Amino acid sequence: MIPFENPNQGSTTGHIRIENLRVSFGHNSAAVEAVSDVSMEVKPGEFVSVIGPSGCGKSTLLNVVAGFVQPSDGTVTVDGKITDKPGADRGMVFQQYSLFPWLTVRKNVEFGLKQQGMEKFQREQAARTLLGLAGLLAFENHFPEQLSGGMKQRVGIVRALATSPQVLLMDEPFGALDAQTRVVMQQILTNMWQRFRISVLFITHDIDESIFLSDRVYVMTARPGLIKAEIPIPLPRPRTPEMASTPEYLAIKHKLRNLISEESLKAMGGELKDGGLGGFNIEVGPQGVAELI
Amino acid sequence: MIMHTAPKTDFLAPDDTASELPNLALAPLMEPQPKPVPATPVLPAQRIAAWLRGVLPGVLMTALSLGLFIAFWYFATKYRWDFYIRFTNIPSPGDVLTNAANLMHSDKFYNNMWVSVRRILLGFGIATVLGVTFGLLIGQYRAARGLMFPLFEVLRPIPAIAWVPMAIMLWPTNETSIVFITFLGSFFPILLNTIHGVKSVDAVLLRAGRCLGANEFSLLRQVILPAALPHIFTGLTIGMGVAWVSLIAAEMISGQYGIGYFTWEAYSLIQYADIAIGMIVIGMLGLACSSGIRLLGNKLMPWLPTHSSRGRA
Repeated sequence: MIPFENPNQGSTTGHIRIENLRVSFGHNSAAVEAVSDVSMEVKPGEFVSVIGPSGCGKSTLLNVVAGFVQPSDGTVTVDGKITDKPGADRGMVFQQYSLFPWLTVRKNVEFGLKQQGMEKFQREQAARTLLGLAGLLAFENHFPEQLSGGMKQRVGIVRALATSPQVLLMDEPFGALDAQTRVVMQQILTNMWQRFRISVLFITHDIDESIFLSDRVYVMTARPGLIKAEIPIPLPRPRTPEMASTPEYLAIKHKLRNLISEESLKAMGGELKDGGLGGFNIEVGPQGVAELI
Repeated sequence: MIMHTAPKTDFLAPDDTASELPNLALAPLMEPQPKPVPATPVLPAQRIAAWLRGVLPGVLMTALSLGLFIAFWYFATKYRWDFYIRFTNIPSPGDVLTNAANLMHSDKFYNNMWVSVRRILLGFGIATVLGVTFGLLIGQYRAARGLMFPLFEVLRPIPAIAWVPMAIMLWPTNETSIVFITFLGSFFPILLNTIHGVKSVDAVLLRAGRCLGANEFSLLRQVILPAALPHIFTGLTIGMGVAWVSLIAAEMISGQYGIGYFTWEAYSLIQYADIAIGMIVIGMLGLACSSGIRLLGNKLMPWLPTHSSRGRA
């Protein structure tokens, strides 16, 4: 399936393939299956989101691609190479900013280049260029603590892009930001994505965010995590906040919301049955919980 | 997954959302300019007056606190107070001042000071290098922990002073055994705080480092060490205090030269005023050493907000 109007169609690297991935934590009877039999892919230059209720294993999925978690079964490759350990070919942006507090903004961006053995002068130039693109050059000598949340996360993105990775992995990167800053950040991210012609695998629980950014959205089910649906987002680019009121946008949003609320309710129903309301002895399906609420 | 709430230092942060919202759809991103905050113009006299108002109460209270102590000392020695505590043989502040003025011209006295400082620098320096190195390894690697930690745990409860007889037999010269005692005193606080610092490094920073291509050594050198630095400096401050305690005790027991030896010798030679001078000099040298560590810490950790925003209460 070719995504609509992908501005990065010329890209040839950054192909993520996930085949029959299963991840479980713990041993034998105590084992908890976080991801069960997930197959998906991110084509070179594509922007793909994974959306699902909290605890559905979407972060685990990303951590396998990053090389932090080993699959129990199945294979994950980036451009044919198995992702068994973390590396600079996969840039990662974390929700908790994760900037090195002892390094200035520019030194943070230089960190990856330094690991590659680039000369001091060259990596300073490279970092300055990147910071300029993100509108952060004026803050190159600030420490992360002196920046706002949105700026910190921009540095995080720039730092991940500095080593020219093939793919960018993002784990709810804007989750801690306020709504206004989040919209700005989505715009900036789209911008960087098109400029660097890079593939992005983006984890979120925000429906609007996934529609606004992605070429395709995968919906994951509540525990154990499975891919429930794959929704293409055929909206033209550049996308603007005004599009949120068009019928096409609303149709997609409606579809996604239905898929996800089913899952969230299922997750909640499961929790209610497991622990909560013991004395009431309620047996509820998704509809039952909806009525209760 | 840890959920972080909104950043807590918003008062420092230039407002980036406001300046960028209008050009949302524009591709090239504008650079937000830091807005200069105009300083409220104040006359020099007013500024000095305001500064005095802020500083004066503190100065007065310090003077009062120290003044009362010296006054008590003065009167207690003048009237030879003998009521359980005995001031009969205690030198008066005046005696101490006179003797201090004489000692200012004594090369021997300066030599004693220098010898003590040299022992501290050596013992504490070796303790810093070894304590931080072992601390990083023990904190980060299970094998290092399993191999070294049991030994350190057995040796740690033995106070450095208890090593004095053993140290005298162990080392070829008196000098090296005193340096060894000083080293022992400061090694354990530095080691333990470094281990604690490594343990409390935010795991997400390690993951970020690995994602950016850092190998094990660069991770240790460029992520774990700087992340643990605040804890390491806590260890250095405590270690410096214990180093002085151990040094003075060792000098009093087994020393030749050194400010602890000077103080003990003054007692043996019935130079009572010199005892007080020795004590005061030890206090001042200790203070200078811990100030030195604090200054070094501020210099090496400019990202910590300690020196810019000091509260006045």
